[in-house]
Amino acid sequence: MNVTRRHLLLLLPAAGVAWKYILAGTPEVAPNYKLADHWWSMLIDLPKCIGCGNCVRACQAENDVPDGYFRTWIERYHVNDYDIENPVVDSPDGGKKGFPPAKDPSGKNFFVPKLCNHCADSPCTQVCPVGATFISPDGVVLVDKTYCLGCRYCVQACPYGCRFINPKTDTAEKCTLCYHRITKGLTTACCENCPTGARQLADLKNPKDPIHEFLRTHSVQVLKPSMATHAKVFYNEMDGSVR
Amino acid sequence: MSSFKDSGHLFRLAAVFLGGILVFLIVRALLVPKTFGEYGHYRGSALTDLAARPAHYAGHDTCETCHADVLDKKKDGRHAHVNCEACHGPQAKHADDPGSEQPAKLDTAILCAKCHEANAAKPKSFPQVATADHSSGLPCDTCHQPHSPAIVAEAAK
Repeated sequence: MNVTRRHLLLLLPAAGVAWKYILAGTPEVAPNYKLADHWWSMLIDLPKCIGCGNCVRACQAENDVPDGYFRTWIERYHVNDYDIENPVVDSPDGGKKGFPPAKDPSGKNFFVPKLCNHCADSPCTQVCPVGATFISPDGVVLVDKTYCLGCRYCVQACPYGCRFINPKTDTAEKCTLCYHRITKGLTTACCENCPTGARQLADLKNPKDPIHEFLRTHSVQVLKPSMATHAKVFYNEMDGSVR
Repeated sequence: MSSFKDSGHLFRLAAVFLGGILVFLIVRALLVPKTFGEYGHYRGSALTDLAARPAHYAGHDTCETCHADVLDKKKDGRHAHVNCEACHGPQAKHADDPGSEQPAKLDTAILCAKCHEANAAKPKSFPQVATADHSSGLPCDTCHQPHSPAIVAEAAK
């Protein structure tokens, strides 16, 4: 073999060009939907929630969620006057079939719908070892199921218990904020089917979205703010006992 | 130059390394999806894959393009802001092919109770009934029209 230093030097630019080509790939363009123009979130107006289970049923129908697993569910809280730090929480079948009469109608009773909080600093995406879960440029935490190994790191990392392993595909699954709907200008299945308007999809990057006025004028909280996840599901008038 | 008399070894070694790097680059180009790293440490086309799913719920805007009469009935009633599919179920197939895909008839005795059955955890301002006492098993649409449920006197109709 007769390779000289000169040959080597000539090869380097060629290798550089090849490397650049490999990194570039082909960009995908979605018509009429600009990723950079949106930052999705959800508002949950708790005083309006009647615990009917429409959101849970709609989510399961829209997203083919297997029975016994939930991308969204409803919890019923019962808070006693004398023990406000220890609420009794039940969620029979995720609230899918509604709720039986309260065992103890005294004290405080209310519903809290839950779903993925689409955290801006999400612990679940940080632990994924293979780049299967990520925060999309429009602020939705998603799972690429063709990349997911089913290692369950993300399931235990989520402080809100919003992920599960789909028993059919053996990959991590979660609320996609109905990504296939919101990118087409529709609202999510749960918001579409909420009869009282307790759930509202909101776009924080849209200055005309009523969410901005609402956040300014109401006492709104997120779940577990101490976890510093920058959750984007906002709960209006949430009781302090909610975990 | 006498100290470099066996420098051919070094060039052979460099060639082996270069070959290795070349094989690595080729294998990497074949295995890593084109869109990986487009937006971050993930496959960019996963976004288009997820967005490509068909929707099962058509959305009330789609319903209202044909069923303007129902919208008229609803607009002054208490159910004005309840979207169609909240009661009628997912109707995207019906919207695509209204002729052959018909929505199922609803049993108001079951349907209405899903929201209006009394429960201590529901907001006090929300209209609730204990269905067993309220209607003694009769379906709700005996008295209430679901699209505008307030009962109006016969004369006012």
